[in-house]
Amino acid sequence: MLRYIGRRGLILIPTLFAISVVTFIVIQLPPGDFLSTRMAQLQSQGDGSLGAQELARLTERYGLDQPIYVQYWQWFSNIIFRGDFGDSFDYGRPVSALLAERLPLTIVLSVLTLVFIWAVSFPIGVYSAVKQYSAGDYTFTFLGYLGLAIPNFLIALVLMWLSLRYFGTSPGGIFSPEYRDAPWSLAKFGDLLSHIWIPVVIWGTAGTAANIRVLRANLLDELRKPYVIAARARGNSERWMTIKYPVRVAMNPFFSTIGWILPGLIAADAITSQVLNLNTTGPLLLQALLAQDMYLAGSVLMISAALVVIGTLISDIALAWLDPRVRLRY
Amino acid sequence: MNGEPLLRIEGLQTHFFTPEGVVKAVDGVSLSVPTGRTVCVVGESGCGKSITARSVLRLVDRPGKIVGGSIQWSSSGASPVDLASLDPDGPEIRRVRGGEIGMVFQEPMASLSPMYTVGAHLSEALRLHRKMSKEQARETSIDLLRRVGIPQPERRLDSYPFQLSGGMCQRVMIAVAISCDPALLIADEPTTALDVTTQARIIDLLKDLQAQNDMAMLFITHDLGVVAEIADQVTVMYLGKVAEHGTAEQIFEDPQHPYTRALLRSIPAVRGGGTRSRLAAIRGMVPHPLHRPAGCPFRTRCDHAIPGICDTVTPEATRFEGDHVAYCHLHTEAGAATRSASGPAVVPPAPDVGSLQVGPLRVIEPVARTAAMSADGPILEVRGLTKHYPIGGGLFRVPTGAVRAVDGVDLTIFPGETMGLVGESGCGKTTLGRCVARLLDSTSGEIRYHRADGRSVDLASMRGRALQEYRRQIRVIFQDPFSSLNPRMTLQQIVGEPLRVNGLARGRELEDRVADMLSRVGLRPEYMQRYPHAFSGGERQRINIARALITRPRLVIADEPVSALDVSVRAQILNLLVDLQAEFGLTYVFISHDLSVVEHISDRVTVMYLGEVVESADTADLYRQPRHPYTEALMRAVPVPDLSRRRRRHDVEMDDGLPDPAAPPPGCRFHTRCPYTRDELCRTDHPGLRPAGDRRESSCHYADGLLLTGVDDAGTPASAR
Repeated sequence: MLRYIGRRGLILIPTLFAISVVTFIVIQLPPGDFLSTRMAQLQSQGDGSLGAQELARLTERYGLDQPIYVQYWQWFSNIIFRGDFGDSFDYGRPVSALLAERLPLTIVLSVLTLVFIWAVSFPIGVYSAVKQYSAGDYTFTFLGYLGLAIPNFLIALVLMWLSLRYFGTSPGGIFSPEYRDAPWSLAKFGDLLSHIWIPVVIWGTAGTAANIRVLRANLLDELRKPYVIAARARGNSERWMTIKYPVRVAMNPFFSTIGWILPGLIAADAITSQVLNLNTTGPLLLQALLAQDMYLAGSVLMISAALVVIGTLISDIALAWLDPRVRLRY
Repeated sequence: MNGEPLLRIEGLQTHFFTPEGVVKAVDGVSLSVPTGRTVCVVGESGCGKSITARSVLRLVDRPGKIVGGSIQWSSSGASPVDLASLDPDGPEIRRVRGGEIGMVFQEPMASLSPMYTVGAHLSEALRLHRKMSKEQARETSIDLLRRVGIPQPERRLDSYPFQLSGGMCQRVMIAVAISCDPALLIADEPTTALDVTTQARIIDLLKDLQAQNDMAMLFITHDLGVVAEIADQVTVMYLGKVAEHGTAEQIFEDPQHPYTRALLRSIPAVRGGGTRSRLAAIRGMVPHPLHRPAGCPFRTRCDHAIPGICDTVTPEATRFEGDHVAYCHLHTEAGAATRSASGPAVVPPAPDVGSLQVGPLRVIEPVARTAAMSADGPILEVRGLTKHYPIGGGLFRVPTGAVRAVDGVDLTIFPGETMGLVGESGCGKTTLGRCVARLLDSTSGEIRYHRADGRSVDLASMRGRALQEYRRQIRVIFQDPFSSLNPRMTLQQIVGEPLRVNGLARGRELEDRVADMLSRVGLRPEYMQRYPHAFSGGERQRINIARALITRPRLVIADEPVSALDVSVRAQILNLLVDLQAEFGLTYVFISHDLSVVEHISDRVTVMYLGEVVESADTADLYRQPRHPYTEALMRAVPVPDLSRRRRRHDVEMDDGLPDPAAPPPGCRFHTRCPYTRDELCRTDHPGLRPAGDRRESSCHYADGLLLTGVDDAGTPASAR
């Protein structure tokens, strides 16, 4: 097991390195991006001391007078050793500061969504498989397809309306206006809870629906396996036997999804965040790409790519822990 | 013991309520199992044997349901319980399951959960029924593993099922089943998925355990050879009904039902005769229970069906000596009446019931052997062929060794002959076949193929497109008829694909050739647009054969083509292969672990062990007197459907563990399992193939000195020297 983790950990290093190279290329690619425009502006201003100083600082910071691999190393080492992702020229602030504002909420939402997906899809998936073709199975299947089919922003609008109409909560955002700048208190926490369920439910529906289908299909396969009958023939009770044997095998996809649910929300679904007025990284990325704010866009892309890799590692380790076939065969 | 048997099934009906209609899988079966005896239930697949067994423990899944009959269970000291009336999920039946009745299944590997260790499976049953503590359960588990013959039980306890061989897994399953000292053990085809040698040892184990515990056994199998080994009483089932019931002697020596006789005839028994002969197959196949024929269910395949009675009236039981019962109109009064009324002109020759023996009813036509053998020289010469698979690997998967799947094999095949290739699973026979067909790249060695025009080429050194021509001339028939056909392609696409990709035919011509090929293998050309799932196992194997032969190959490698099939269907397919060989002038390499099948179809036999050829000889010579102890052991393990040749227990004193092919034993590779291992020579010197008589070779140091027994002298194991 330790060897397995060790091996997977080692593979991580070259992968992350490759990601950084690709990101750097993406940052360098577009002509007419913020940095080159700014440099051109500064140069055309001539020898004005302010402009010249700025020009020298940027050249020094990004190694613009150096060959490309030195530029890469400068950019990369700044991230690794100083946590400096470069500047967002659009916002006029360091990328790291922007990310620090947005990333925590995004990660909290991602984790909550994951928990929501698991908590809802697990019992329903098991129920649907064990009671295949029952009324309940059909109902959940129908609801699941609805969840998959309706666009997220539409659910967002509906849920906002519902929460305003029936619970009286202010629409959008993560806090009501009166708590937005207030210090942390029990009441503020309660307010947070009354808002945060909306994005969690929205982002969870599609994942939940997909997970229910996967778990149901997997469990149906497992329920027909000979070892289930053999376990029954040993005198196990039906409920206990189902959980102990087939469900445990059918759970594998739950863990393999960690890898893509975690980063999925960081880059994607800017629309829902926009509709709900959430300060996640989604809208940030969208804006950065529109404005060709390459250091910001590249950083968000790199972080989500890195999260994919780390998420996959986590799910692989979880799988190895759960399933002896994975643990002992590799 | 009082008159009440341990288990008495009366008129059991288990039906499946499917959207297509009610499938009467078990329809009025009665049988009883006396304390301490073994009752075998035999029949082809689809006859309801397994469903009957599962009904006893109420393990029939939805949409199946017991709709009638009773299952009286009278374990010692308790009043009889009708298991059929219990709640299938209630505490009463759960106490019986595992506690009073143990069950062993067909696929040992799949019947153990891969998520739990062997020990976890064992202690689960112990703690459930015998209320043991964890420590007690562990101790008892070790003890049980020792009893079922698993070496190093303390270590094996913490192994997972997928780390064990199939035979080991079946031993574990048996240990679990007997853990609570059940009064009855239900074994559902427990040896079907195993090698012959392993099968022999598992049967020995079951017999031993039965004797020790005074345990009764309900043994489900389709293999009459196994029945002959183990049964006290036999129930023959056909289409959900009992066809015949009697003691083992009655069934084997005086069978009364045409179905029993047909089953007995269709087995390719090891005879040691040496002549290839046609098998008497039962025609057709078991109809789907939805389309059960009216009257006697067997009449559609019966040679003795009497019109006017068999197709209308379900036969009543006719009693013979003792408990011998048959359900057939040949023996009922109604049948006799109809026969005499309609007169002999209409009725097919009525068999003289009394004189019918287990002999072949149809004349066995000897198949003309191709005389061309060795006249024009060989079609294929394999020299020093090896195939090594790298294994292991530390951090960066650098191979630490190699599995020597095929390790220096020489093979010569002459045109028109059938070369049988036998050995246990893991001996490399399939790998060898695939290397020859160039489905795998060999590691070293030469595969010299002699073309029809006299030129010869080395296939082993060819790559890519250069091989295309030879892929038409050497074709493979695969083992598993279910997974070797693409379920998303129609018959026309499957069978026509080799023509299409090789650019041999297209359009109308392709269609005609496919239709022609289908009819030659016994399938109707109208089925061309259907998908494989619409066909039974035997029919799919015909499709497989059609696909192999459509390019008019010269050499066909048949890799266990019948091992996934039922006995009666097996006979049909073997006969078909023999016919096609004569028709197309084919050369076969016939790979199988079943010596009886190989004897039936082969001219010469090559025996493989751990990647090497250990013996090679003409079929008759090999079976009459093997010259290698391994061949003898393989032969001894084959169960023969003949009570007089019932193997004595522990005849096969060979452990079932094949040595690790990555680190084969030094010296003679077989010395670790050989009963005749004598001295240092066996342990240190590799014998190598050497001539051992007329047209035969053996790789045993003492091939000349040992007196090994073949199959026709059913005697004691030969003593060494």
